[in-house]
Amino acid sequence: MPRVDRIAEPWGTRTPYGPGEPWPVRVDEFLEDGVRAEDVDRWVQSASILHSNGDGLDIAVKGGRIVGVRGRAGDRVNHGRLGPKDLYGWQAGNAPDRLVRPLVRDGGRLVEADWDTAMDRIVRRTRELLDEQGPSALGFYTTGQLFLEEYYTLALLAHGGLGTNHVDGNTRLCTATAAAALKESFGSDGQPGSYTDVDHADVIALYGHNMAETQTVLWTRILDRLAGPNPPAVICVDPRRTPVAEAATVHLANRPGTNVALMNGILHEILAHGWIDGRYIEDHVVGFDELRERVEQYPPDRVARICDIPEERLREAARLIGTARRLLSTVLQGFYQAHQATAASVQVNNVHLVRGMLGRPGCGVLQMNGQPTAQNTRECGADGDLPGFRNWSNDAHVADLARIWNVDPLDIPHYAPPTHAMQMLRYVEEGSIRFLHVIGTNPAVSLPELHRVRSILSQDRLFLVVQDIFLSETAQLADVVLPAATWGEKTGTFTNVDRTVHLSERAVDPPGEARPDLDIFLDYARRLGLTDKDGAPLVKWNDAEGAFEAWKECSRGRPCDYTGLSYARLRGSGGIQWPCDDEHPGGGERLYAGGRFWSAPDQCESYGRDLVTGAPVSPTEYRALNPSGKAIIKAAAYVEPHEPPGEAYPFWLTTGRTLYHFHTRTKTAKAPQLQRAAPESWVEMSEADARRCGFAEGDLLAVETVRGEVRARLRVSGIRDGVLFLPFHYGYWDQPGGHEPEKGRGGAANELTLTDWDPASKQPIFKTAAARVSLVERGRGEPSKAPTTTASRPVTAPRDVPGTRGGTDAEAEESVITTGGAS
Amino acid sequence: MKFDLVLRELHRSENELAHVLLRLSERHKADHETYHVARDLVGWCHDHIRELARAGKDYGLDLDPSPASDTTLMRAVREKAAEWLGRAPELSLLLLADFRHLYLVASGVSLDWELLAQAAQGARRKDLLALAQRCHPETLRQMRWANARLKDSSTQALVS
Repeated sequence: MPRVDRIAEPWGTRTPYGPGEPWPVRVDEFLEDGVRAEDVDRWVQSASILHSNGDGLDIAVKGGRIVGVRGRAGDRVNHGRLGPKDLYGWQAGNAPDRLVRPLVRDGGRLVEADWDTAMDRIVRRTRELLDEQGPSALGFYTTGQLFLEEYYTLALLAHGGLGTNHVDGNTRLCTATAAAALKESFGSDGQPGSYTDVDHADVIALYGHNMAETQTVLWTRILDRLAGPNPPAVICVDPRRTPVAEAATVHLANRPGTNVALMNGILHEILAHGWIDGRYIEDHVVGFDELRERVEQYPPDRVARICDIPEERLREAARLIGTARRLLSTVLQGFYQAHQATAASVQVNNVHLVRGMLGRPGCGVLQMNGQPTAQNTRECGADGDLPGFRNWSNDAHVADLARIWNVDPLDIPHYAPPTHAMQMLRYVEEGSIRFLHVIGTNPAVSLPELHRVRSILSQDRLFLVVQDIFLSETAQLADVVLPAATWGEKTGTFTNVDRTVHLSERAVDPPGEARPDLDIFLDYARRLGLTDKDGAPLVKWNDAEGAFEAWKECSRGRPCDYTGLSYARLRGSGGIQWPCDDEHPGGGERLYAGGRFWSAPDQCESYGRDLVTGAPVSPTEYRALNPSGKAIIKAAAYVEPHEPPGEAYPFWLTTGRTLYHFHTRTKTAKAPQLQRAAPESWVEMSEADARRCGFAEGDLLAVETVRGEVRARLRVSGIRDGVLFLPFHYGYWDQPGGHEPEKGRGGAANELTLTDWDPASKQPIFKTAAARVSLVERGRGEPSKAPTTTASRPVTAPRDVPGTRGGTDAEAEESVITTGGAS
Repeated sequence: MKFDLVLRELHRSENELAHVLLRLSERHKADHETYHVARDLVGWCHDHIRELARAGKDYGLDLDPSPASDTTLMRAVREKAAEWLGRAPELSLLLLADFRHLYLVASGVSLDWELLAQAAQGARRKDLLALAQRCHPETLRQMRWANARLKDSSTQALVS
């Protein structure tokens, strides 16, 4: 079998295929040094967790330890392939610094304790605050990395048991706009498209989506189409010269903060040339006239000026999109974490609505997620939604949920939308939330404006509980730290971007006293004595499968219907999509075929929001706007970004990710191959800007905004002029400062980002801030350590910057299984 | 015809609304959504003020197309807010008071646009009717924002 250094070649070997043909199978495998496949005791079914793609894989177990992974050839998502983070990232579970015992704060220091002591403290403080203030004192901030069963249990105990409205996930930072855009356009969350649309599309447009680094296996699918006959045209909207931009037919590197103007320009051209499906619009859409009026104000010359892009290139992109026969669009952080996030993402949906391109092979929208289980946070109501895509503003939906939970409808807070993360932080700042339970996430590095976040989380009046697998920056600030089990150490299900559900089985025992998150929630509910309205225990299950069965009932008749699924069906399967019910026993591949939406007033998850003010639309207004359940076109005007560069801070600062790391590196930095590929932070600037400032590759620079300063070595990259880029992954847990910068010199990108969020999706803005940059020290020929294989590829000659290589311990096996499909 | 009266009053009330929004944003800079959205919405008032000044010319009015700076008229508003501040030192309560006030001021502007639209219909003035039809929806959105923010902020402020 060929061995490939998958650090140096993140997407592996090409297996070209043509439109409509099956994507060939290529099985990727990586085992610990010295272990051969035949030595493995057991292969345990699971799927990938360090991104949102949901690649089916088997975990190799030997001697009670995880020793590697292998892609599942029969999985509908990856056809056997794995990305670098899947191949190497599992090693983090075996790291020696895993949390193995609970910690409690005594005399200002965290000391080891037993579970009874730790849980007693949490339960006692919960009860005190319930007595003193009520549920408004309690907040839960979870993640996009637990399992469905855990989110559903958390949603029940927090919303239905404790009665707090303050439940959200860090999905607020990654996928809130995806959900919001889908709700605005289609009345309900739910991904219209399927990954198999890549097999059929003749044009693929990626909006602010560096798929090559965030969903490597999906990008591999596109690369294989590009290498085959009749390849699709690719359109890339991104200020950086990403691998997507390099492969693109048209690359639009618009000025940060101008996505709405750009989309209006594209829609202007589509409408002006009549590249629309009038019949579809007539039958299935409301709001078209408003769009027509709005985009009239955005002719290409004006848009080219606002966005600072060549007018001809904009016209060419619009022509490709407007004349595509099968158009696939994908959207991610370049839109979601940017100014006017929801308004811009909704315009991508609008392109598909005016062209009538939904629900057919190759005609799909993928409003992407960032994290592996973000979809479940949304479905289960652990993230600012109610479970089963129920509408908080619809009393019948709340009553239905109360029936399933056997509680009074008034016990489920629905006086307002569930509190979003940034508002929860504000309540902590004001002192009205006094208990915050953070689960599997690291706000002390991932939220914007870190000095503010640290000052909020370290308040004495806040009781902070952190449930994690490592002592993260946030955990260091906690009053109680609970050691959790991770992937491979517990059983549960999770759902990827294209609604594919996978079962992930327990392969090994958690280390020390660490426990599955589900067991922790069950223990918390039991100790609190939470009951339903008949006095029976509120949470009626004791294990993951029990939780899954309960969730199925909650999902019955909703868009995300799981009733046709079971652990038995998922075991051995190649992933099954929801909806999976009597009507779709094998799972529904695409939503909204024939223009049928979940948007009727009695069915929809949301009545929508004003895209500028964020004010929720009232039920009455919605009924008047959309009485018969059509899709909703919402137009939007371009609004100037809130912090444009000026004289003192002349650059745009944008933050983002690299292929080799996930979130705040708590896991990926513990996989040596990944850590070596991107060992420290860097700052990117364009060649022209670097020359103008007199900086060279490898110079140590200070990047400042009004909020702070960070230092990083310069990578002169293909980013557009006037823009600086910092990766957001790097914090302090592996630095002398521990949880904060040492001597005030920060390294974390979020020291610099501003506190501002999209009014509709409440997703914080990480892509538009004004910054300046100055020289600290010359690099003396030593280049920055940024990866050379990705968007941070240097523009300088290869001999000056050594290429990113994994070396022999990064060699993974690849076996291409030849079928008749490829040509 | 009393168009001059209506236009003059609208010009005054839009200026007042712009001022209230700016004061709100200044006072709640730590409440980031309030701060940023309020400033975005000031832009709509400024557009309306410009349009009203243009329309006023036909009726012999010399209305200032740029928004008013602080005037004595505004002092009353500030004093009112200061009273609230004095009675309820907590910021979250002040926020409620400010949104309540914003809602009332925006409602006044909305009513003024209704008056203009009614008069324009009666006098068959297409230009003024079009002006009202273009601007009034934005005033309604400003009102709804104040209402929505009151609704989603009030529970925590009042039960904690």
